[in-house]
Amino acid sequence: MPTVKMQVNGKSVSGEVESRTLLVQFLRENLHLTGTHIGCDTSQCGACVVHVDGKSVKSCTMLAVMADGCAVTTIEGLASGAQLHPMQQAFMDNHGLQCGFCTPGMVMTALDIVNRNGNNLDEATIRKELEGNICRCTGYHNIVKSVQAGAKAMEG
Amino acid sequence: MAENGIGASVRRKEDNRFLIGKGNYTDDISVVGQTHAVFVRSPHAHATLNRIDTSAALAAPGVVAVFTGDDLVADGIGPLICGVTVTSDDGQPHRAPRHPALAQGKVNYVGDHVAVVIAETLAQAKDAAELVVVDYGVLPAVTNTADASQPGQPQIHNEAPNNVCFNWPFGEKAAVEAAFASAHKVSTLELVNNRMVTNAMEPRAALGEYNSGTQEITLHLTTQNPHVHRLVMSAFNNLAPEHKLRVVGPDVGGGFGVKIFVYAEELVVGWACRKVQRPVKWTADRTEAFLSDAHGRDHVATAEVAMDAEGHFLALRVMTQANLGAYLSTFGTMVPSYLYAFLLAGQYRTPLIYSEVKAVFTNTAPVDACRGAGRPEATYLLERLVDIAAADMGLDPAEIRRRNYIPKDAFPYQTPVVQCYDSGDYVAALDKALALADYAGFPARAAEAKARGKRRGIGLSSYVEACGIAPSAAVGQLGGGVGLWESAQVRFNPTGNVQVFTGTHSHGQGHETTFAQLVTELLGVPIDSIEVIHGDTARTQFGMGTYGSRSLAVGGVAIAKACEKLIAKGKKIAAHALEAAESDIEFAAGNFTVTGTDKAMSIAAVAFNAYVPHSYPEGLEPGFDENAFFDPMNFSFPAGTHICEVEVDPDTGEVDIVRYSAVDDFGKLINPMIVEGQVHGGIVHGIGQALLEGCRYDSEGQLLTASYMDYAMPRADNVPSFDVDYAPTNPPHNPLGVKGCGEAGAIGAPPAVINAIVNALGIRHLDMPATPEKVWRAAQQAA
Repeated sequence: MPTVKMQVNGKSVSGEVESRTLLVQFLRENLHLTGTHIGCDTSQCGACVVHVDGKSVKSCTMLAVMADGCAVTTIEGLASGAQLHPMQQAFMDNHGLQCGFCTPGMVMTALDIVNRNGNNLDEATIRKELEGNICRCTGYHNIVKSVQAGAKAMEG
Repeated sequence: MAENGIGASVRRKEDNRFLIGKGNYTDDISVVGQTHAVFVRSPHAHATLNRIDTSAALAAPGVVAVFTGDDLVADGIGPLICGVTVTSDDGQPHRAPRHPALAQGKVNYVGDHVAVVIAETLAQAKDAAELVVVDYGVLPAVTNTADASQPGQPQIHNEAPNNVCFNWPFGEKAAVEAAFASAHKVSTLELVNNRMVTNAMEPRAALGEYNSGTQEITLHLTTQNPHVHRLVMSAFNNLAPEHKLRVVGPDVGGGFGVKIFVYAEELVVGWACRKVQRPVKWTADRTEAFLSDAHGRDHVATAEVAMDAEGHFLALRVMTQANLGAYLSTFGTMVPSYLYAFLLAGQYRTPLIYSEVKAVFTNTAPVDACRGAGRPEATYLLERLVDIAAADMGLDPAEIRRRNYIPKDAFPYQTPVVQCYDSGDYVAALDKALALADYAGFPARAAEAKARGKRRGIGLSSYVEACGIAPSAAVGQLGGGVGLWESAQVRFNPTGNVQVFTGTHSHGQGHETTFAQLVTELLGVPIDSIEVIHGDTARTQFGMGTYGSRSLAVGGVAIAKACEKLIAKGKKIAAHALEAAESDIEFAAGNFTVTGTDKAMSIAAVAFNAYVPHSYPEGLEPGFDENAFFDPMNFSFPAGTHICEVEVDPDTGEVDIVRYSAVDDFGKLINPMIVEGQVHGGIVHGIGQALLEGCRYDSEGQLLTASYMDYAMPRADNVPSFDVDYAPTNPPHNPLGVKGCGEAGAIGAPPAVINAIVNALGIRHLDMPATPEKVWRAAQQAA
């Protein structure tokens, strides 16, 4: 079995995986980073979004071996101790989550939206950018507000 | 109001763990030595099961066991049950064909469970499942709701001739016919209520562990009601005695009804972990979820309303065919009967209502409750019919509703369909919604859109939801096999913090916050010192779980009652400690005080005294920990008016929801932020049904919509932001003054959206989902 090595949330990790092992499986099963979720089989729902070398990736769409040598950030890597990342805090303040299952993917996608579009996001941009993340609970209203507020807060 | 108490939009206590990736969903739990289960599912909608050869699978690497239906039968496990009886028009109970957890002799839908493969790894189990050889004798299938009971269709179950589960007439047929015969005007509508796949974002999962030392099974499940799962699996499925079965619903990633039911996979995992003496884990992939989760809706109906010359409703007649799928799910019979026909009065004074529901079996996945469950079907039918009636009478849709509403001084109001509404002010909600939506300004907006080549439409929907189903005695009279009370335990620890155990289950609703707000309000304990615990039969005393928007209206009251008991006991303890008469002790804001003095004792100090009873009232039990049960006197009846405004592009058929206003009556709000979130989510669920979602089987019973590539879920760019407001009334039977709120949006939205599209196009009707193709065709025809 191939061995993969990568940086995950700033820590060097390695593991033996089958070549068919998906990145999301490696994160969840080998590293026990279960904050990254699996909501579908077709790369549609976005519950598994992580950052690979600073860009958002649906980790169900990438083999673990493809991330060999990469820097991966998951939802577990955002907060500084007990201090939530401003985007996490914005989701809490704006009730941008209910059951929490899509939330890690939403937050990771939100950060990518900010990275690519800046800190002043209008509603239309946010809604278009979120089309790859499905939420059944919130009706998106408060997620949109959260992303907007989080983006602002990140400006610092 | 206490700080963070009733009425405060407190940030949710549960959010932190979800935001840092420390949620604990069933699939997140792994235990030492666990194996993985994969189900072999039927690729055919209808077939005899001639032979199952498991030898190659058993010999595959890593395989621990392969089981079929015969193995379950040999151990006396199953079958799955349906918990509500509906009496058919022949006086007999509904037809209840045997529902084996693993098929026996025959498979009846694509995805039906044929065998289970258990292996060391998931990959090995998947590989081995491919090696199970099944000899199917393929039979013709029937999938279509309207056709299923027609002569000459394939027969699915011997017990159910013509595939009819029940034919259930309800109401005064002759009186309704007489009213129609003498009516000034009759409006008629034929419609389809499209089949939905519920699609909680967390797929279903189960993790079973067996302790051979204690003979106890622990099942972690994606469940909305752990105690109900335990009860059914113990009492009816023979899995294990109730006291030897622990069911845990840890964090659950959305329910919307689909995680109420006892599923084959859950029972098989619970049994198999004992059989192989190893933990067994199963998690559905999304296609499995589409194939095997209980689906929702799927009605074909004809509705007629008889009116006088002023547009007053004289009588309503509704003929419905409801698809129950291949087998009866846990509450499958109840949804198109009691949760549907009993809502057909809506907000109106219609004095006479007659309904016939024919429920049919088809070669499709079982159908059961999906957010709203029967009530969206009733509301959609009624609110579409009202718009057609308005058109036929030349009345504005708001005006015909206003003319027919039950007036606010008529409550309690006995409808002709069992329900006695306790409270409401429908005119107030309508007026507020009309203002919020700037209904008066619509013609100008429509004209402006027309100048741009777009067509604007506006649609209303006035709904009543009956939720918090109760009392238990009524549930029993209707053929339900359970009581629908709720229980609570409120326990002070000696150090003064509080643990609240509820029998409801939170899977997104925020109970850990709302219930803590209730307790901080009632007991004066800081909210950070209150922990709400739910979802584990080994920790919580008992409960019926969360569905039908019951958690606060029923479960919240149980918590309040337990708090009252604590206060009553605390007065005795405080009286003793403060050397006063018990009758002189008052309780407020967390302190017991001797009336008219400054002598006081905090509730935390009282709790400490109760656990360290060195100086204590004679004869009083130590401890500060109370249980309560609450069985309401009636359902809860939230209601409201939703107004949707759309802009249709006649060249593409695209529908843009440009404005959506909701005014609801949920009684008193404990946490307005959470309630508003429930409204948003419900509306988008309803918009999904109206515009996007439609579960489709082909004529051979293959599921055409088995992934998110083919089944259109609402996404952020399909929907707008919402204008939400409230027009509360006080429900006299509810001690907290609260009503349910979780399903309202999914009930109110579909007719509001379709009424708006119909209005934009100037047509009579369009079935859901109003896809661009359908809308484009309708626009072309109308033009």
